[in-house]
Formats: sequence, structure tokens, C-alpha cells
Amino acid sequence: MNRLENLFQNKSKRVLNMYCTAGFPELNSTLEVMRSLQRHGADLIELGMPYSDPLADGPVIQESSAKAIANGMTIQVLFEQLKNFRNEISLPVILMGYMNPVLQYGFEKFCADAAACGIDGLILPDLPEYEYEKFYAPILKQNNLSFTFLITPETSAERIQKFDALSSGFLYAVSSSATTGSQQNNDGVEAYLKRLQSMKLNNPALVGFGIKDKASFNRACTYTNGAIIGTAYIQALNQGKSIDETTHVFITSITNNQYLF
Amino acid sequence: MNKSTNSISEFHPDHHGYYGMFGGAFIPEMLYRNVEELRTQYLQHMNDASFQKDFQDLLRDFVGRPTPLFYAKRLSEKYGTQIWLKREDLCHTGAHKVNNTVGQILMAERLGKKRIIAETGAGQHGVATATVCALKGLECIVYMGEKDMQRQAPNVARMRMMGAKVVPATSGSKTLKDATNEAIRDWINHPEDTHYIIGSVVGPHPYPDMVARFQSVISEEIKWQLKDATGNEEPTHVIACVGGGSNAAGAFYHFLESVSVELIAVEAAGEGVDSGKSAATTALGTPGILHGSKSLLMQTADGQVVEPHSISAGLDYPGIGPLHAHLHTSKRGKYLHATDEEALEAASELSRTEGIIPALETAHAFAVLKKMQWKPSDRVVICLSGRGDKDLATYMEKLK
Ligand SMILES: Cc1ncc(COP(=O)(O)O)c(C=O)c1O
Repeated sequence: MNRLENLFQNKSKRVLNMYCTAGFPELNSTLEVMRSLQRHGADLIELGMPYSDPLADGPVIQESSAKAIANGMTIQVLFEQLKNFRNEISLPVILMGYMNPVLQYGFEKFCADAAACGIDGLILPDLPEYEYEKFYAPILKQNNLSFTFLITPETSAERIQKFDALSSGFLYAVSSSATTGSQQNNDGVEAYLKRLQSMKLNNPALVGFGIKDKASFNRACTYTNGAIIGTAYIQALNQGKSIDETTHVFITSITNNQYLF
Repeated sequence: MNKSTNSISEFHPDHHGYYGMFGGAFIPEMLYRNVEELRTQYLQHMNDASFQKDFQDLLRDFVGRPTPLFYAKRLSEKYGTQIWLKREDLCHTGAHKVNNTVGQILMAERLGKKRIIAETGAGQHGVATATVCALKGLECIVYMGEKDMQRQAPNVARMRMMGAKVVPATSGSKTLKDATNEAIRDWINHPEDTHYIIGSVVGPHPYPDMVARFQSVISEEIKWQLKDATGNEEPTHVIACVGGGSNAAGAFYHFLESVSVELIAVEAAGEGVDSGKSAATTALGTPGILHGSKSLLMQTADGQVVEPHSISAGLDYPGIGPLHAHLHTSKRGKYLHATDEEALEAASELSRTEGIIPALETAHAFAVLKKMQWKPSDRVVICLSGRGDKDLATYMEKLK
């Protein structure tokens, strides 16, 4: 059983997946961010591999990616940084990025090197299922890496079933058809998440895009296994205070229960 | 029979949008429904008799087609050959781009879309999109690199006069690539009511094929016009400039299977292919994925897209359509390039020799006249993709 399966077996509610761009805010802050996320209560870490043209992302993650690239982050540098991270990080960690840098690195080598570091899974939003099935699924399997598909309010029930069959780890429920960091219409999101819940999928589902505070986190968690927060955390890191303190304050503001009764 | 007959589909995409190893649809799920809707419906609509009638009527009455095939006598004498100019500069709005926007606005109507978005580099595609939106009374938003808004200011004014909203793209090199990113993000954020009119043979399948088909009217006309003029419908050479590659795709389209017709595409070398300030994708690119398709791409070894440079906003793009990547690697087409300097010189030459001021993009196609050996018997067709009014400020500054 890999770390992701383990996580969802032990925790099926209010799973908090925290996104951060690798090499941001500083080239060498990747591990410090991961340590802080683990220390302060994240359940899962999604590390973004920066790309010059991140189509599915809004301006905040775009800018963090541009900064990380300017800092010198590449896939090679990232794997160098992650070489020994399993000595100190026990949370499941997945890599999120776009196809082009991965293809240039070499897809097979990428998967082998990621697995060797102790990475648990991948999200590649611009890898469509046709290509995935035809060329890439066996390589991921070979390396025991999970693969997460995105679903949106526009994704048909039939496609959701298909993605559920193809995914391992979890499904990424994009909360509205939007780029990351967008505002959303709450009623529509609730109806969509209810629909997902009623489908009785095999994989857990985490909600992402537009989750920014306790209210949106709680709403997402009502119908699914948890949520993914990226933009709001990057914005918090952008304030320039210490990474550890920022992460502590941020995660506490999402998960503490003091206002819940 | 020779090989060209059994390879009828070699230059047309397969079911998944592949031209050889290039093409496909590398899109996030947020775009799936819109792209899939288009993929499953575009051919059916385009083959429909009422669509064809509307399209042909607009091409004739609104665009002003057929455009002339003009024998360039003095230029021919100068180069010791026979040169015809396909006058896309005489299309309404001044470039070939409108052939595609007329087709796509009819497609958007058939798909029931109310809101139109587009990217533009030189502003010609933006103007051509604003034009058809005004014609049909549809909302129009055009994304344009901030740098391009400055260097192609007259086209920004034209778009606004026709009621379009022009939104500056401020990321990256602030040019065509970044405008395309913003347009795609807009489409992701408006999944219901919006059609994205892509301006070249780029993007996820079915765009490269759909745009090539709309532009194929260029070579369809060349065939009968050249036959009228010479008794032979096939030129020996067709020359066109390539940004994404739509005017070239249109000018090549009906000659793709005629192996005796040499297809010459001209990219922008900027300040020189090795200067670090270039947009010559076939010379500098490697296989990669940008804007939803696999093609040749200017990129670093780490797979980050390199910011291109060209004096002409319409060629200032780090990629090329998948059809062209395939024509280049299969050697069916010959891919050349011309520098900023050479393009300016060619623009000046055409203006003085034939009384036609070309767009800066187009001038790149003319710059290769000097780079090739011509025979008196050659029948050379150059796609004169657009007129140069939008570039007057640059010409006045550079050609003192
Ligand atoms: C006059 C003209 N020619 C050529 C181009 C390049 O586009 P394409 O390669 O798609 O024909 C442009 C683009 O803006 C243009 O305005």
C-alpha cells in the first residue's frame, strides 16, 4: 500500500491537501515549506513544478511559477532537492505540472526518478485520457505512481466513471470551470459536489480551485473527502513573513474548530 | 500510380488530430466539453449545404473574394522568372485572417455561442474577429500582448471602433504567446456561452484542421486562376510566411499531394537565427507541447518556452502549427527564414517595384526571392497575406 492509499484509509474526511510551487518563494525553500506543512497539520502535499505557460492556473500561481523559474528551479534541480526528503517527510507527496517540461526530461526517466525520491503520484492537467491510456499508464504503474484526473461541473457522468476507473489515489474535483484562484458561485458548486457524492466513486475526491478559507474548506468537506488549497497559501507566502509562522497561521485558520459550534 | 495518390491523408490529421507525430489535443479537462463539441461537429457543419452557402456568400460579398492572382511583371523581370501574387491583402480588413473568422463565426452561430474571444499578434486576426462579431451582433473580447498593442496601435483602434474589447496580456514577453494563454484562460472561465476563434493553424485538434480548411480557399482560387493565366493549374513554387502558419496552410492546401509543387514556408529569423532574438521555430525548435498541441517549439532544455523575437508581431511566436511541423520533418515543405532587416528590405522592394506595400509578416515571404535560384520557366506564386498600413510607423522609422 502506498502512502496515498494509507492516508485515505486512515482519514476519509477533511483531508487537507496543500499546494506549493517548488522553488518558491526561494529556490531552496522547497523543503522548508514541506516541513512546515507537515509540522502544522497538512495531510498531503502537492508540489507544483513550475512551467512558463501554465494554462490551467490563474495569475497568483502563474507568478509564483515565473518566480520559481527565475530562481533556477527545474525538474532536475527539484529531484536533487528531493533526494533525501523521505528522511524527514512522511506525508504523501504528489507532483503537479504540465506535460512539456516532463516530456523534455523524458517521461520514463521522470517517473523513475520521482519514484526513486519517494514521490507518490502525479497530476498532469494537460495530459488527456486518450494519451494517458495509450502511452503513459503502464509507465506510471511500473513505478507505482498514482495518477489523478481532474473533473469539472461540465464533466459527464460517463466520463467521471471512466476517470474513476483510470485514477488511483484520488480524483481532483475542480470546483467550477475556472483557472486556479477564481471566485465561484456557491449554489452551483454545492449541487455539483452533491452529485459527485451520490455517484459512489471508488476513489476519494478532493475539491480544488477557489478554496481559500475555513468556510470554503468546510463546504467542500461536507460532500467530499477533503480539499486542495493553493492560491490562498501562495498569497500568504507572498507576504514575506517566515515560512513556518505563515504556514502555522494559515493552516490553523483553515482547520481550527474554535468557531465551529 | 505514384506515391502521392495513396498518401491522400498523409497531410490531413487522423481521428485524434495527429499529422504524423504532431498535433493531438493536450488540454485540461476544463476545456474538454467545448473542444469535444467542436471536434464532433465541425465537419458536419462545414459540409452542410446551408453552411457552405452562407460561407461562400460572405466570402464573396463581405470579404470580396475571389482575390486577384496578379502577375508581378517588374518583379518577375528582376528575378528572371514568373511571379504571381495572391492578393490576400485585398481581402476586407487587409489580410487573409478574415477567411477564417468568417468561417468560425458561422460555426459559433451553429454551436449557439453568444460570446466570442480571440488572441491577436499583429492585430489583423483581432480586427478580422471584431469585424465578423459586429456583422453578427456578438460580444467580442480580443487578447493582445501589451507590446503588440503599442507596435500595432492602428489595429487596436480599429477593433475598438467596431465595438470589441481589447484586453492587454501583460505576462511573459507580452506578445502573441501570452495573448493566446489569456484567451485560453478566458475560455476555461467561460465554459458555457463562449467560442474561441483561434487565428492560426495552432491549438488543440480540431482547430488546426478547421482553420486550414477555411483558409484553403486561397489555393482553391490559385488553381483556377493560374490555369486561366497559363493553362496549367499547378505552380512550381508556392511561397508564404509562417507565424502559426494559416496563410501558408491555405496557400499550400490543394497542392499538398502534388509533389511537383515545391512548398516554401518562411519564418521570422528576427535579428538572426543564432542571435538569441529570433522566432524561426523550425530552425530552433524541438518537439514539445504548447497551446494544446504537440509540435515544434522554441524551448530550453528544461522545457520552458523561450520568448521569441520578430519585428513583425504576427510572426513573433515560439511555435508553429502541427501541419507545418509535419511538412518540415517529412521534408514535404521547405522551411526558410528571413531576418528583420531582410524583411524590411523586401517590403521596400515590393513597394517600389509593384506599387504594393505589404505587411511586415508578408514581407518575410518576399525576402526569400533573393535566396533562391530561379528559372525563367518557373511559375512562382507568393501569398501576399496582408497589406502594410498597420506597419507604417515601423516602416517610417526603419526605412528613412
Ligand atoms: C498579414 C499577415 N500575414 C501573416 C500572419 C501570420 O499568421 P499565419 O502564419 O497564421 O498566416 C499574420 C498574423 O498576424 C498577418 O497579419
